[in-house]
Amino acid sequence: MRGFYFIIIYLWMLNGLTAQGKYLTKEGYVSFFSHAIVEDIKADNNQVLSIVDTQTGEIVVQLLMRSFMFEKALMQEHFNESYVESYKYPKATFSGVIKNIDGLDDLNLETEIVGTLALHGREKEISTKVAIRKKGDLLILSGDFSVEVADFDIKIPAIVENNIAKTIKVSFDLHHKPYP
Amino acid sequence: MRNFLSIILIVTVVFNTFSQDLTAILEQEALDTTFLVAGTFNGTRLLNGHSVETRKEGILEFLISHRFGRVNSGIDQFFGLDDSNIRFGLEYALNDRLTLAVGRSSFEKTYDAYAKYRLLQQKSGENPFPIGLTVLGTATAKTIKDYLPGQKPSFSERLTYTGQLLFARKFNQNLSVQFAPTFIHFNTAPESIDPNDIISLGLGARVKISKRVSVNGEYYYNINPFKSQELRNSIAFGVDIETGGHIFQLILTNSVSMIEKGFLAETAGDFLKGDIHFGFNISRAFQIKKKNEPITSKY
Repeated sequence: MRGFYFIIIYLWMLNGLTAQGKYLTKEGYVSFFSHAIVEDIKADNNQVLSIVDTQTGEIVVQLLMRSFMFEKALMQEHFNESYVESYKYPKATFSGVIKNIDGLDDLNLETEIVGTLALHGREKEISTKVAIRKKGDLLILSGDFSVEVADFDIKIPAIVENNIAKTIKVSFDLHHKPYP
Repeated sequence: MRNFLSIILIVTVVFNTFSQDLTAILEQEALDTTFLVAGTFNGTRLLNGHSVETRKEGILEFLISHRFGRVNSGIDQFFGLDDSNIRFGLEYALNDRLTLAVGRSSFEKTYDAYAKYRLLQQKSGENPFPIGLTVLGTATAKTIKDYLPGQKPSFSERLTYTGQLLFARKFNQNLSVQFAPTFIHFNTAPESIDPNDIISLGLGARVKISKRVSVNGEYYYNINPFKSQELRNSIAFGVDIETGGHIFQLILTNSVSMIEKGFLAETAGDFLKGDIHFGFNISRAFQIKKKNEPITSKY
């Protein structure tokens, strides 16, 4: 009889662990913006994968560089072929921790994410403010941060120096659903 | 029994926690995606001939092509630079597959028009496809007054047509190869012993030597050249330099014409004897119609 209770408790614990407040999206939105003398460049990605564990505050975001859409087709081709070299480095990944995740309830939470952004074969520590909201069963994370192009070993030729900014603003808006 | 269960409990709980690693979940949930292979060649021309590439929807491309005289023509002709042939071209991409274009060459004062359509595209990812295939159809009209007085040919007598299949594969970032079987029809052959229809097989390649510079080569073998003249197969070597919306191509070739019927069927120069024309193609692409929609295809 004792064994039976044990199994019940065991199954309950197992269940508790697998459904421990994970949230996932496959259609997250990330965009970047470059403001330079000659032109502004913007690209959107609507196929961003992101997962959050609200128990530990861990977050992992992953996207394909080729899924960034530009207004000008040639820019998109040059972005992939000559700048981020998508054939060699297809993904960008961010993994980090949301601070003060315990403070998260049905109210809005303004906090900070600290983690590592891996892109173009380079890694860089990033910390950014993030707004977390709960809307129905959705967990929404949004915010923006800046990255230096040079930190990721992406070279801008002198001839297009006035077309591409050295600092790029990255915005994100991730609407997670409960997982699984 | 109790100890045994405790061990099972601890082991499975620990194991379970590890197997639920977030990155692993993302990898598992990632969508398989198929991408069109982009940038098989830098521009819509390999050297003299077309490449498998077309421009994306809404791009208007302006092409200026130049071929000087033969480099072995001596100091009196300033090694060919005194003599120059030019072609202006305007190409518009109606969509990502279809391009329509017009051009005008100073050589024999020839007008040309063509349609170029991407039938198949090389793909990578979940559903890969090994090659790209583009079809090209051109028509040209010669307008130079090179006839005897009173023997003016009709307009249709001065027309030629070209049909071309362009098969290409980008093997890797640095190497792309193209095979181009071509059919040319002359409404009027130069002499009665000459065929009206000529078949030519083209082979070309691009080797990238840096992100923005590549070396290209192109050779067309004529199966049944005109018999009344001593003609050669067209050969060309060149360097492509790409900077943003511009492409510069520096070319060495034995052909003077920049349109298919000319450089394929009417090349007289012997490359090995120095009958080489220096030339260049410059293209500038303008995005006339902007768009912001995925070119990726999800399956």
